[in-house]
Formats: sequence, C-alpha cells, structure tokens
Amino acid sequence: MAPGMDFTHRHILDMHQFAREDIDHILNTADSFKEISSRPIKKVPTLRGHTIINLFFEPSTRTRLSFEVAAKRMSADTFNISASTSSATKGETLIDTARNISAMHPDIIVLRHSSSGAPHLLSRHVNAAVINAGDGAHEHPSQGLLDLMTVKEHRGSLAGLKIAIIGDITHSRVARSNIEGFTTMGSEVFVYGPSTLIPHGIDNLGATVCTSLEQAVRDADVVMTLRIQRERQNDPLLPSLREYARYFGITSEVLSLARPDALIMHPGPVNRGVELTPDVADGARSVILDQVTNGVAVRMALLYLVMGNA
Amino acid sequence: MNNSWRITNGRIIDPSTSTDRIGELLIIDGIIAAPDQAPPPGTPVIDAAGCWVVPGLTDMHVHLREPGEEYKEDILSGARAAAAGGFTGVACMPNTRPVNDCETVTTTILARAAGASVRVYPVGAVSKGGEGKQLAEFAALKTAGAVAVSDDGRPVHDAQLMRRALEYARDFGLIVISHSEEAALSRGVMHEGAMSTRLGLKGIPAAAESVMVYRELALAEWVGARVHIAHVSTEMSVDLIRRAKDRGVRVTAETAPHYFTLTDEALVDYDTNMKMNPPLRSAADREAIRRALADGTLDAIASDHAPHSILEKETVFDAAANGIIGLETVLPLTLAMVRAGLFDAKRLVELLAVYPAAILGLPAGTLQAGVAADVTIIDPDAEYVYSVDRVVSKSRNSPFLDWRLQGRAAWSMVGGEVRHRAGQG
Repeated sequence: MAPGMDFTHRHILDMHQFAREDIDHILNTADSFKEISSRPIKKVPTLRGHTIINLFFEPSTRTRLSFEVAAKRMSADTFNISASTSSATKGETLIDTARNISAMHPDIIVLRHSSSGAPHLLSRHVNAAVINAGDGAHEHPSQGLLDLMTVKEHRGSLAGLKIAIIGDITHSRVARSNIEGFTTMGSEVFVYGPSTLIPHGIDNLGATVCTSLEQAVRDADVVMTLRIQRERQNDPLLPSLREYARYFGITSEVLSLARPDALIMHPGPVNRGVELTPDVADGARSVILDQVTNGVAVRMALLYLVMGNA
Repeated sequence: MNNSWRITNGRIIDPSTSTDRIGELLIIDGIIAAPDQAPPPGTPVIDAAGCWVVPGLTDMHVHLREPGEEYKEDILSGARAAAAGGFTGVACMPNTRPVNDCETVTTTILARAAGASVRVYPVGAVSKGGEGKQLAEFAALKTAGAVAVSDDGRPVHDAQLMRRALEYARDFGLIVISHSEEAALSRGVMHEGAMSTRLGLKGIPAAAESVMVYRELALAEWVGARVHIAHVSTEMSVDLIRRAKDRGVRVTAETAPHYFTLTDEALVDYDTNMKMNPPLRSAADREAIRRALADGTLDAIASDHAPHSILEKETVFDAAANGIIGLETVLPLTLAMVRAGLFDAKRLVELLAVYPAAILGLPAGTLQAGVAADVTIIDPDAEYVYSVDRVVSKSRNSPFLDWRLQGRAAWSMVGGEVRHRAGQG
C-alpha cells in the first residue's frame, strides 16, 4: 500500500473532519496493522527516522501510552512532554512550547490539552502534523475511531446499529467523537443521562436525546457509559454518585433490555459501581479491553496516514 | 487649522431638524451656519457629491485602555481610530487601571484627551474600584466631566447597590449604564447552544443577560430613574426592553455591530477574535436585534471597542481575553443594514449620532445652526478590504479583518477642523 493513499488530511483534529470513506480507510488501515501487535517481534520499519512528540498538557496514562506504543511499533522516535498547566498561563505555554518544539522539526505532534480547540490553534503555529489526543470537552478522535473499530469487529458493519451513550455527555469529548463517528457510519446514536449532563443542541450533532434509560438501552447493539463526576468547578451537577448509580447506572437488569449480544463499552477509567455494576463491567459482553487493544492499531494507522500526507 | 467650510452637493441628513436634502452645509469658524448665511469669500469647498453629510457620530461605548494598558490602546490612538471610523465623540468606559472612579482619574483622562482627534467623554464607575461594593462619588465625577456611570466589563452584582446607584445618579442628572449579566450563569466562554456543544466550549446562556436586564428594568421602574442597557445581544432582552418601554420605564439600550452581523457559527475555528462578552448569539437572536434596531426598541449602536494585544488573544479559546476592536467597522456594518433594507439612512443617523448624544446629554448629534460643527461625511459606496495594514487602532483584534466592506467616513470634522480624511481610492 502506498503511504497515505486517498488520505487528504494533514491534521487529525476531530471526527467532524471525516467523511465515511475516510473512516473506512482509517479502520481498514488499522485492521491491517493490528496483526503487528501479536507478532513475537512487534516492530515494523514504516516510520523509521520520523520524530513524534507526545505533548500532554493533561495527565493521561492510557492514551499517552497507547500513542507511544503505536509509534514505537512503527519504529518512530518518540518523545514525551508532560507540561503542567495553570489556568492563567496555559495558553501562552502552549504557543511558546509549540514554537520551540517546531524549531526541532518534529514530524508529528500528538497533543492532549484541557482547552477545546487547542489542537486547532497548535496546527496554525507548527509545521508538523497535529493529532488531537483529546481537547477539553471537544473531541478525542482516536478514541472515537477505536470505538468504531471495536464495534465493527464484533458486528461486521456499523450501518443501522443502535448505539446508546449513557452518562455525562456535556463534559465528554469521547461522546462527541462517538456521536460524530457513529452517525457518519450510519449508526443511530441515542443519548441519555440526567438533564444537567445533556448539553443543549446535542441533537444537532445527530444524536437522539432519550427521556428514560429504558428508551436508550432497549434493543441497543452497544451500550457505552461515560465517566461521571459529581461536581465540576463549583457547578453542582448531581446530588450524589449514589443517586446516579441507582437511577442512571447500568445493571444487568437494565442490560437485559438491550439486544442479547449487545456490547458494553466504556472509555475508562471506570467508576465501578457508579456507571456500571462490576458484573456488567467485567461480564462477557464487556469489550472494554478490546477497546484498549484496538487503540494501538488505530493510532498506528493515524500516524502512518498523516505521514503519508506530509 | 482651518475651520470654515462649504460642504456642497452632499445629501444632508439631520433628523434633529427633519432635514434630508441635497444641498450645501456651511461652517463658519467651527460653527454650523444658518442656511441663509452667505459664505465668507474664499471659504474652502468640499465637494460631497454622492456622500451623506450628517451630524458627527458618537460612539457611546468604547474602551481606550488609558490609564494602565497603553500597550493595547491609548486615548490618542483610540481617538484616531474613532475619527477614522467617522466618529467625532466617544464615551470611554471606566474599567482602566486604575478604574475611573474618582475625579482625579476623570481629570487625567480629559487632560490627555485635550490633544485627541475626537471629543472624549469619560464614563465614571458605579462603584469604587469597580468592585461592586461601595458607590463611587458620582457628584465629583460629574463635576470633573463624567457623562454617565457604569461598572462596564462586569455586572453590578448587588441589587441594592444598583438600586442606590440609580437613585443617586438621578440626583446629578447622570445615567447608569448597565452591563447586564448574571455572573453565576456566565462562567462560559461562548453562547450556550448547539455550537458550544459541538465545539466543547463552556456556554453562557442567553438567560445570563436577560435575567439581569429584567432586574435593571424592575429597579429603574421602581425608583423612577433612567437606565441604559449596554451591548444588548439576545432576543429575550429585546422583548423585555420593548415591554418596559411600553410601560413607560425610562430605559434606553444599545447594541454593537457584531451582534447584528455575526452569530456563534463564527466560532467554528476557535478564532479568539470572535470572543467577546456578551458572546455572539444565535441566528434568532441576531434577527431580533436587527428588528429591534428598526422598530426603535434599541436606541443606539456602539462599538464596545475593546482592544487587546496578541498576548491576550493568541492563545487557546478558554484563556483568551474577551473583546474586539470596532471603532473602524461600525459605519460599514451599519450601512450594510441600510443596504439590506432593514432601516433607512435617517435611522442610521439616529442610531449612530442623534440618540447616543441624547442619551448621554451631549451637545452633539445635530446640524442645527449655532452648534459646534461636528460633522461626518459618509461615502456610503466606497468598497475596500479591511486588511490588517489599514487598522488605525493600536490593536488588531477584529473579527472583520479581510472582510470586503462597503461605506466609510470620507471626512470627520470636530468643531469644523478636519480630523480624518479617507485616502483616495
């Protein structure tokens, strides 16, 4: 395969930028790379000589590790920068850091930042390709793609599926990337949660807002739950996690409304006993660890494709 | 400097004297002459054919950043931008450093403004330090030259303080200008709606404004004082103001060109030059603002000129400062509404010249014989690209950079003296 054939995207900023063909192309590429991770020698020379900087302004264990593993399996040179941010200086730090990094001629910068739109800003100030590894409450496109990949592996196709996303939609970049991604691929997305956590106009992204947990979960092919926080920045969102678990949590009883072969997903980290009861989180239908495995393959594909387009 | 002119062949539009005619406006020694007065021999002529000759425009809401933040703008640079935009007077908000909450600061501003291109009218603070706790000395501010009081930049949170401000300001003939915003609802960075949801940016609901507009109207009605609502941005605020006017509440209100020109859709690329407070609203809000300008619910258009350097703007959206420059784009953007048939040229002059002066009690906004000749000559047709090298303000934070605009100030005169003349071509 010629590097980056048919792939016209210089940066990976959000799922919004992708048409169905783009996503097919990424998932097919990821699929072909997945096998590398099960070889005894898990390394191919594809990105040898390329420099990838993981620039993380927010703590992240799994996403950063996943990008690093992906890059190393492609033989790229990777460097990790974990910058701390305070609200007063975070913007300046990003631009200043970006200019310094850019002067070292990296090929790809993978950015995690607490402010929505930070990757868009970065992409205007550096020569490298920018991959968004999560920006504020905006998007987390590689997570959206690995979720698509995981569901597609189990279902064969994404068209016509019912995807239920339960929990804190307002503050979730994963929710936005998944709503964009699944609807682009022809799935139907239903969201549900307490009204304090359902943002205005989410239906404009193509999601149907449900009025009950039953409505959301009934006959679903996928039940995806999102991490819950009781309060954010003095914004009282929920009276208690206990009440959330009781009225919005996924139990095996609720799950029985979904299709018998429904998949349980969670972008992690899971609050066991809050978003999901432990038996559901660890049950046979849970593909939470498949998500992690596929994350490496999707990120290998993204690194490869943006380099092909450099 | 010469201050006598014959302005010939222009369309003279002066709502204060119900004038709208093609003819000659005569200025002698900086004063508007009577129509039957003969020009002294040798009076220079300005051929204003194809142009509108109107009372000098007043921008009743600008931030000149002096004292304290002169790297963004100063009184002289801001006044140059004002003259370039067709204004002959500006009212500058008190949220400087230090805050204009006492006669010393007001006096300092006026001393600096003595050499400025346009008339500068300081607005004093409602509260000491703009902190919303104690009333500033309104009488002293007025004596020093303040034309209104406001804590603009942030709301007066304490309702009792606002009530007392309205009462006490009335005693000295000052109007209170309200920055209407409920702080607890305003912790976001853009309008709350489908766009904020898509972009993952924290929203400020329209209700954050209208909740406070309603409080101000209720207080003004109760105490019988005048109140002016600054930078109205929402449909609900417009409805509240319209109903209050019907009830006889002494309320006036302004909006800014960005609220009748742009919507929250403009934030799609996280452009920090689209970030201001109140934020760009929905298409329905924009439509309501346009209607309210046409039907008289809104009385004035002001720029809310808020210069910031790239230090405040070249950053992530969450961290970027609120505010945009606007003095140089008010006129073309308002002319666009005239061309769109929303209102006529006379209404434009009311919104930009007559009412801003009347609300602040300024001796301006008229071409009546005997008044100082503050005159703007508008070329409504000139087309140009508002490129960054054209910007007169010290700062460049305009959402309209590189827009193709139509209409500009050909001449701005203060007391008959030319303070701006558009370059040819």
